[in-house]
Amino acid sequence: MSAAHYLGAFAGIARRELLRFVKQRERFLSALVRPLVWLVVFAAGFRAALGLSITAPYQTYIQYQVYIVPGLIGMIQLFNGMQSSLSMVYDQEMGSMRVLLTAPLPRWYLLLSKLLAGVAVSMLQVYVFVVVAILFGIDIPPRGLLWMLPALIPTGLMLGALGMLLASAIRQLENFAGVMNFVIFPLFFLSTALYPVWKMREANTLLARICDWNPFSHAVELIRFALYGQFNLLAFAVVAGTGLIFFLGAVWSFDPARRFRAGRTA
Amino acid sequence: MLKPLAPALDLIGVTFAYGTRQALKEVSLRIEPGETVILLGPNGAGKTTLFSIVCGLFSPTAGFVGVAGLDLGRQRTEALAALGIVFQQQTLDLDLSVRQNLSYYCRLRGIPKAEAARRITTELERLKMAERIDERVRDLNGGHRRRVEIARAMLDRPRILLLDEPTVGLDIPTRRELIAYLHTRGVEDGTAVLWATHLIDEVAEADRVVVLHKGRIAASGTPQRLCEETGAAGLDQAFAKLTAQGPPPKEQPA
Repeated sequence: MSAAHYLGAFAGIARRELLRFVKQRERFLSALVRPLVWLVVFAAGFRAALGLSITAPYQTYIQYQVYIVPGLIGMIQLFNGMQSSLSMVYDQEMGSMRVLLTAPLPRWYLLLSKLLAGVAVSMLQVYVFVVVAILFGIDIPPRGLLWMLPALIPTGLMLGALGMLLASAIRQLENFAGVMNFVIFPLFFLSTALYPVWKMREANTLLARICDWNPFSHAVELIRFALYGQFNLLAFAVVAGTGLIFFLGAVWSFDPARRFRAGRTA
Repeated sequence: MLKPLAPALDLIGVTFAYGTRQALKEVSLRIEPGETVILLGPNGAGKTTLFSIVCGLFSPTAGFVGVAGLDLGRQRTEALAALGIVFQQQTLDLDLSVRQNLSYYCRLRGIPKAEAARRITTELERLKMAERIDERVRDLNGGHRRRVEIARAMLDRPRILLLDEPTVGLDIPTRRELIAYLHTRGVEDGTAVLWATHLIDEVAEADRVVVLHKGRIAASGTPQRLCEETGAAGLDQAFAKLTAQGPPPKEQPA
């Protein structure tokens, strides 16, 4: 098991994910259209209803469209993480997960490689989205595109690890719709993706507290601050911490000693 | 280190339970290098469970699993490197080409690029699939997909090849061809083969037949010896006696 083997295996896994992604054109389109619909349609409506005061990291009053860009980037990564978990459930049913897990490498490494490959796919989507958003005239600092890059890795890993943990719990594709309702929507709507916490607090303090505790909020804030060249330590700590917990949980649940014990069959 | 003279597979007292349901009870089985062993058992006998244990997807509740002289429990990655596996389910990526599927496997196995390209060509040629290398797997029929999976399992030059009901859903000529092919490989390269099936007519050419029934090994020996021991006229009858639930189907309805 040499370093070349480790790197080569990662390259192979990443290549497979990318190939699968580009071959699914519908997936690429929906990954792009979904946030754009939010940006163009919803944001226009919400802008009229919501007044934003100056909030860090913004130096001045900003358009609502500008505010929700980091949230929509988070949304892309959230959906991508769930999509990867969907494909893992599919892979388990189809058996290609077995090919991966019987490779002569440590299991945690194989799962981490799969996660990183998913992050690479999500970054591709994020950058295409941001470029289209700029073309639509949304004010995004060009240098932010570069600063955002290192932030997208921990956020993508965290959301991917959450998806992986869910994939290990979901045995059948049919159950995946439940994940949409009970994971994606609460994570997204009870976060700072669409409105700042103070705005939420005006309406309901309990919801605001949930927002504060939601790791997805911190992923969005990490991206938001990075876009403006700032590092949000608290957001990073929460993202890294929850990401690690999700990942360890996923590795634990893919452990053969634990798997298939509770009367589950292959 | 792989030990060349060690048994390709060595199972000692392997036991496994799904919750409270006992799936395997003290299964012991030793396969020598180059030996072709058929694991014959009716559906639900525990064949797939046994395979999942040998390829490290499940951990046995008790017992020892040795692959090419390595302890699977302690030297998992090294032991996995000695295995070639053809799963019962189809495990190829349908939207990728044959080449892309096989390259991915070589990457997982740590086979250097140039060497991988060479081996992919050789293995596909041996299975008469070389001209299909750039076709999408989705466009291949079931028999050809199986061939690609067998080619894939041989890429890393395994010490033992595990096949879990590899001919399910294939027509008879294709099945015969695949069986004959694997026998040749066993003789030529010394690759041991463990072939699980519930179809008795796949047994004929095996060095040894191991009958698995209700999670236990009910009998083991050459096809001839099994007949003698059970006093049966043919393998069908021997198998029926051993599993006491009627003869297994001769052919899989495709």
